[in-house]
Amino acid sequence: MALPLRISGLVVEAGGRRVLDGVDLELATRGVTAIIGPNGAGKSTLLRALDGLVAPTAGRIGFGDDGAATAPRRAFVFQKTALVRASVARNVALAVEAEGLPAAEARARVDHALARVGLSGRARDAARRLSGGEQQRVAFARAWARAPELLLLDEPTASLDPAAMEEIERLVAALRDAGTKVLLVSHNLGQVARLAEDVVVLAAGRVAEHGPVDVVFRRPASEAARAYLKGELPWQSFDASP
Amino acid sequence: MAILRRLALTAALAACIAAPAAAQQAITVASTTSTEQSGLFGHLLPAFRAATGIEVKVVALGTGQALDVGRRGDADVVFVHDQAAEEKFVAEGFGVKRIPVMYNDFVIVGPGDDPARIAGSDTLEALRRIAAAKAPFVSRGDKSGTHAAELRYWQQAGLDLAAIRGEWYREIGQGMGPALNASSAANAHVLADRGTWLSFRNRGQLKVLVEGDARLFNQYGVILVDPRRHPHVKAEAGQRFVDWLASPAGQQSIAAYRIGGEQLFFPNAAK
Amino acid sequence: MLETFAQASALLLALDPSVAGIAALSLRVSLAATAIGCAVGIPAGAFLAIARFPGRGGAIVALNALMGLPAVVVGLVIYLALSRSGPLGHLGLLFTPAAMVVAQAVLVTPLVAALTRQIVEDAEGELGEQLRSLGLPAWRRVRALLLDVRFSLAVAVLAAFGRAIAEVGAVLVVGGNIAGHTRTMTTAISLETQKGDLPLALALGMVLLALVLVVNAAAAVLRAHALRRHG
Repeated sequence: MALPLRISGLVVEAGGRRVLDGVDLELATRGVTAIIGPNGAGKSTLLRALDGLVAPTAGRIGFGDDGAATAPRRAFVFQKTALVRASVARNVALAVEAEGLPAAEARARVDHALARVGLSGRARDAARRLSGGEQQRVAFARAWARAPELLLLDEPTASLDPAAMEEIERLVAALRDAGTKVLLVSHNLGQVARLAEDVVVLAAGRVAEHGPVDVVFRRPASEAARAYLKGELPWQSFDASP
Repeated sequence: MAILRRLALTAALAACIAAPAAAQQAITVASTTSTEQSGLFGHLLPAFRAATGIEVKVVALGTGQALDVGRRGDADVVFVHDQAAEEKFVAEGFGVKRIPVMYNDFVIVGPGDDPARIAGSDTLEALRRIAAAKAPFVSRGDKSGTHAAELRYWQQAGLDLAAIRGEWYREIGQGMGPALNASSAANAHVLADRGTWLSFRNRGQLKVLVEGDARLFNQYGVILVDPRRHPHVKAEAGQRFVDWLASPAGQQSIAAYRIGGEQLFFPNAAK
Repeated sequence: MLETFAQASALLLALDPSVAGIAALSLRVSLAATAIGCAVGIPAGAFLAIARFPGRGGAIVALNALMGLPAVVVGLVIYLALSRSGPLGHLGLLFTPAAMVVAQAVLVTPLVAALTRQIVEDAEGELGEQLRSLGLPAWRRVRALLLDVRFSLAVAVLAAFGRAIAEVGAVLVVGGNIAGHTRTMTTAISLETQKGDLPLALALGMVLLALVLVVNAAAAVLRAHALRRHG
């Protein structure tokens, strides 16, 4: 991502509830930032708000130093990828359809993306018949085809077996290395430790803590972070306070 | 999107296929179900077409409905069998002139074992006996020429239908065929035109019980729909049809139509 | 009854030309009506599925209700409209196959639209958010959804065709059942039954039944293929 991302006072209400209750966050332009927290904390909603899928009730999401720059090119990978009843290639093509490219160029992008995720041989197969891991790779092919500046991942490996998860993590790393800013929501703290540089702890719709991964994991400053991490890593003992 | 465009094209093409072919001369004649179902038109119209090159499209309805179609201007000619209604049609200005064409006759059909003992009696006596015995009777009840005749006969027999009707009198509101079907199924009596009866194949135990009574003669008339009332009417071609029916050629054709050797319709245009 | 069946079969096997002509007209009219129903109903249903506007709920209820339009009523209204004494009389369409296409199209379009609406809305629930996240504008999303549901849509179209080819009330009233011009299988069956000519009525009935069976078999094959291929 070329420009820094600043979120100030973001409030999102849904179903009569304040899912996000005043989120303030500033994110670096490179690398992987993980977002962790208990269920219902608003992690998915935060990602959706960043992608424009959900409208803020209050607050701002700004890009650039003055917050007025246009939103960057984005891609989103969901926990379960929604695929149309068509071929793998057709599904990936949907990702670049909006750009209105000439047919040959669009095809080239799709082929390139499929090659990067190792699905070239499955291009003409029915997308819905792929395994869970393969379907997530299709989602990453979509992401790759869009050459995103910002990649939003909502528990992308939660339904996958360890082997498939490893493949996905490699793809995340590859995109990060290519310069894409990655936001990763995950319950898998091992994954967070493997991939992310910094981590945001979200609880009850607010940012409880934001810092480098090893710092937050070993010496959580906030009560919410401490409680969450204790639950996730009961064997971990924390150093005494800040 | 390509699929939708293709579909729209198919629809347009289909509409063209389904659209009326205007090239050939054709007239629309509103007539009765009895004339159509007796097969008379299947016999007459090819002869007319051979003589004049005009195609006749027949919409077969009950007399009441056929006259209504004429009033609305949806037909060029009406050809029905209810003199009173036809004269009213002309008097109201919808028709040019009523030309009598032919007559056929009605018969009273009933169960072969004649439970009401009407065989051989005259029409009115037969109806009195049916009413007295409360024998099952099917009425068309559809404002047709046949229905109008039936009601006239009850009245002439001195019977007040409203007073005497009961379960035995079944008004079905449909054409001659369904009425015969209903009678066959219920083994009931019914007033039918001979033509439909002769070509009716589902007789069950029904037989003709009363016939030949002069009262049972059923006069048909043909009327050109007035082009002054409905300018789009194909007056010239329609008039040629009317003229042909009354002409020697048409009258002969009518007389020549037979079912099982029996003549159904008796031309009487000159009268 | 057996004798009637035997006679009917004989008629069919002899490929009686009048039977063929009547069947051909039924097919032309119902195919045309179904094509119009799709051209209008599918876009309308898809739009209603994804658009959000005040009164949308009412529109959906009304559309579903239109599916149950009695054929005779539609026939009567179109008859009055196309009659020479009616507003569209100058078109001269009454008692022609075109009028029959119109009547059946009116019957079939709400069916196609309502089914499309339900099918696309269900698909949108499943795919809509992610399609939006791919940056697709509304019309491209509709296209993707229609691609996804094409098998279900095809089954809906077959259902609509089935309704069209089997109905008798509307085509009888607006067509006039004119021999050689507007006599379809259903109106002919109605007529021949009235005349008591049951073998012919039965022969036509068998053709109609065979057609309906073919349509339903096609629908089943489609569903099976979709399941096999796409899971």
